[in-house]
Amino acid sequence: MPTVEITPHLYRFFPALENRIIRVPAGSIAEVLNAINEIAPGFTDYVMDEHGALRRHVSLSINDTLVVDRKSLRDQVPEDGTVYLFQALSGG
Amino acid sequence: MDAARLILLGTRKGTVLLDRKPSGWVARTIEHAGIPVCYAARDPRDGTLWSALDHGHWGPKLSRSRDGGATWEDVLSLKYPKGARYIVKTLPGPDFDPNAPVAQNEYGDATVFKIWNLTFGNPEQPGRIYAGTIPGGLFVSENGGDTWALNRPLWNHESRGGDLFAGDATSENRWYGTPASIDYGVFEPGIHSIVVDPRDSRHLYVAASSAGVLESTDGGQSWAGRNRGMLNDYAPNPSADWGHDPHFVSACAKQPEHIWQQNHCGVFYSDDGARNWRKVSVPDAGVHFGFPVAVDANDGKTAWVVPAAGDYARMAIDGSLCVARTHDGGQSWKVFRKGLPQKKAYDIVLRHGLDIAGDTLCFGSTTGNVYLSEDRGETWQCVGNNFPPVYSVRFG
Repeated sequence: MPTVEITPHLYRFFPALENRIIRVPAGSIAEVLNAINEIAPGFTDYVMDEHGALRRHVSLSINDTLVVDRKSLRDQVPEDGTVYLFQALSGG
Repeated sequence: MDAARLILLGTRKGTVLLDRKPSGWVARTIEHAGIPVCYAARDPRDGTLWSALDHGHWGPKLSRSRDGGATWEDVLSLKYPKGARYIVKTLPGPDFDPNAPVAQNEYGDATVFKIWNLTFGNPEQPGRIYAGTIPGGLFVSENGGDTWALNRPLWNHESRGGDLFAGDATSENRWYGTPASIDYGVFEPGIHSIVVDPRDSRHLYVAASSAGVLESTDGGQSWAGRNRGMLNDYAPNPSADWGHDPHFVSACAKQPEHIWQQNHCGVFYSDDGARNWRKVSVPDAGVHFGFPVAVDANDGKTAWVVPAAGDYARMAIDGSLCVARTHDGGQSWKVFRKGLPQKKAYDIVLRHGLDIAGDTLCFGSTTGNVYLSEDRGETWQCVGNNFPPVYSVRFG
């Protein structure tokens, strides 16, 4: 099963994701994110907009490849893959 | 509301609650620490506290507290429905050609960028809450914020291209963007002011930048533009029906036909329920540009503004912070300075940054200064100088 590493900033809103290894079934990025939502209800509202697209300042990669299809999130995550979810840098 | 006991600040770094104590106003530890809060208010009907969070990364969210601020919970359900589209507005770029043929409409799927205002219904509608958003959607909840629905008659208004759920535009989109939307990578309108007539819950006003004021007399089933008398100085046709930039609109609680507007192009006043506006600015007295306006709850001719240097600067005039009050519908203004910094002050007070409760007024600036007056704005005391940039001030 793929592993998901998320920015620690999200632990504040989803403590259920802290201090654990997040493993979800392989599938598309959309399916992976929805699986995390099962563990931490409301999670997808933080990373996706109401149309299922990745929010503008959220970055996501499969291993070391940034996800390009940010709208429908159909990129496939392999069984041994790692998904990294992090926020784009901004200041102020 | 004569004896305000709570002030809510929406700030760039969270929600600040201030309690009235015998020693004065005392701030609690900040809530939503580190998260921008563009609006915070207390529902006077049941005491629920609300904050509109403007997460930089995680999207706009509502947060509410039903125990006076001890604990808060996310409300995630404010979303545009599938099929909600808008005609994309773009700022002209360097290669803009005014002589080029008008391009085909470009449509975008609406997503909530910012929850800019929350307004509570009358006591006879205990669960009703209104939310104004960028990109220009009015949302309504009937159950205290648990679920929300887009007001489609306003979204589908002919001034915005008609019903884009049903197909492509059937009219021209005459709503323009607000600079407040640029942070989200778009140039779209925003609803920042919502007025519910205390006498008649079906009677509503909204104000949108940059479109103008709209009125509904049937509970939001239909809307009509109310911009007669408005003057948009920077536009080719200053008295056009649309494209105006109200910064904030507020009405007198007891005399709601008296309605005030601090506009980009001056202070405007209507004593006939926004049927006719008239400009009541006195630029020579410094009363012209600004963002907020507060109206006396009993006397519709009495209002307060926080004058600022025009859009070229957007800060206190000549480094001197002041508040102006009229008691005669804008025919004359008195400017009050006592207790406010008069040298090297560069504050700007944003559209939700001023509020009134009885004889008490409070405002906060993006410099993190908060001032309070208990004598109808004539003298001021400093509540604090080290708050984060203040976006909203509301008595609770």
